[in-house]
Amino acid sequence: MNFEFITDPAGFGLSEGWLHIAFDSPYWQILLAGLLNTLKVALPALLFATLLGLFIGLGQLATHPLLKALCKGYVNLFRNVPLLLQLLAIYFAITQFLPIASQALSFGDTVFLSKSGLAVPSFSEIPTRGRFAIEGGWVLSPEYLAVLLALVVYTAAFVAEVVRAGIQAVKPGMRQGALALGLNNRQLNRHVVLPLALRVMVPSLSNQYLNLLKNASLGVAVGYPELVSVANTAINQSGKAVECVLIILFTYALLSAVAAGLMNMLNTRVNRGAL
Amino acid sequence: MRLFLWVALPLLLAPALWAVADWALFSAVFQPDLQACQQAAGQGACWGVVAEKWPIILFGRYPLDEQWRAGVVLVVWSALMFATAARLFKPRVVFAAWAFALPISAVLLAGGAPTTLWGGLPLTLILSTVGFALAFPLAVLLALGRQSTFAPLRCFCLAYIELMRALPLVTVLFMAAFVLPLWLPGDGLDLFTRVLLTIALFSAAYLAEVLRGGLQAVPQGQNMAARALGLNAVQRNLLVVLPQAIKACLPSLTNSFVTLFKECSLVTIVALFELTGSLSLALAGDVQWRSFYLEGYLFIGLVYWAYCFGLSRLESKF
Repeated sequence: MNFEFITDPAGFGLSEGWLHIAFDSPYWQILLAGLLNTLKVALPALLFATLLGLFIGLGQLATHPLLKALCKGYVNLFRNVPLLLQLLAIYFAITQFLPIASQALSFGDTVFLSKSGLAVPSFSEIPTRGRFAIEGGWVLSPEYLAVLLALVVYTAAFVAEVVRAGIQAVKPGMRQGALALGLNNRQLNRHVVLPLALRVMVPSLSNQYLNLLKNASLGVAVGYPELVSVANTAINQSGKAVECVLIILFTYALLSAVAAGLMNMLNTRVNRGAL
Repeated sequence: MRLFLWVALPLLLAPALWAVADWALFSAVFQPDLQACQQAAGQGACWGVVAEKWPIILFGRYPLDEQWRAGVVLVVWSALMFATAARLFKPRVVFAAWAFALPISAVLLAGGAPTTLWGGLPLTLILSTVGFALAFPLAVLLALGRQSTFAPLRCFCLAYIELMRALPLVTVLFMAAFVLPLWLPGDGLDLFTRVLLTIALFSAAYLAEVLRGGLQAVPQGQNMAARALGLNAVQRNLLVVLPQAIKACLPSLTNSFVTLFKECSLVTIVALFELTGSLSLALAGDVQWRSFYLEGYLFIGLVYWAYCFGLSRLESKF
């Protein structure tokens, strides 16, 4: 085993990423760019999936029959179809049904959506409609959008189940006790139901977050250059298969450890009752 | 808020439902008629693509003349899976049926084509069920080893479980598909066997965690009573603790199986054409039908959904 190759030039570039990658960039830089791409898609996905999952989970407990059916339907639909299939379908839909860049859908002439991706205002400039392409701004590639959307839609279904189970785990006696003490609805939810439900939810939530992190590796199926897909190209280029897999293993183990550590801290806080 | 929900929700939902129904049913083309499909494109779905391509979508590269073999395996295995999940028969009968079906199916399928040509839904079923069956004994050993008082064994099991769980399946599959052959002497194992074993080794780590939950649910007194009766360690685990532990975690085991069933779609990435892969096989090379990919995705999505939803629904009845 020999890790010296990571300082050699890799000889391939990446289609996107925050780091500037040239063809003579060394392997370690390109792998780091892959890791950043993983985080770039996983962290927003985590946030949006939590929010969407929270709403759908609460909706599952609603007394309104239509809303309840809608939320249950969402969970049953998206939880029972493989993530890879959802990802491929979303990617196909984006690249097939959206208009080409010169006829991009625009939202108030500041955000443009087309086959070439989503252009949003960056800190310095607002994207404008050019002759053949959208110029300027911050462009999110169709691959990125597909992976993000698929991760959000899929994980939200699981988060919704966690939220529902957490709230249903609060014993009815707790609610009745709080009502008997004269708490109003808002106080009941804020001071009784939420803290108790969170204790049940946080461990399962951290499981879902770790799954999301690992599922981001499916980006390889649509050509999004995240860590695993970059490492695969690196294996083909360098022939250092074992070394590259060990790098992936080490990185994911580290990521999982960091995520698990953060969730553990949250868990301790939640269990102490200090939110 | 209630008023808003009663008024706004139906107002929003009704047109959406109508549009979907119109696209999927009323304006859709069901015959394998390319011209009708191209005319309807945009207004109606082209289910004709499924009518035209279903042998490849369902059975992948399996030779056309021999597809009855794959068909028989598909029907028998699906029936067995649902019968097992519905607990229609006693465990003993179920075990016997699986043990009977497995070698016969292997001979039946291998009689028509080598494993490299196996594909489609039968391959998904085989990878998930056989992978699960192979993973299970390993998971039992890992879960018991994790609780062992012998420190090196405990550390090994813990390390194996945690490292496997930290890795994405894609990486492990890549290892099996492209790296392992470099080390194996001679012809080594074929891709199908390598992927199957990888799936088993991978899911064993997850199953071990599920079983640990089951083991923790068995009261300490059971073990002590078994010890007092003079049973040795193997007898205690095999006859007393494990049956109760497995029973306690049956719902989570079903969940794990459904997860595995879905994750088998990833073998597409290493060029084993199960259901998801065989759809690309059917459409990617066909310039004319290629524009109706979405209908193909929806069709196999429905197939996956039927299996996963069906299995978890049957289990949740108990």
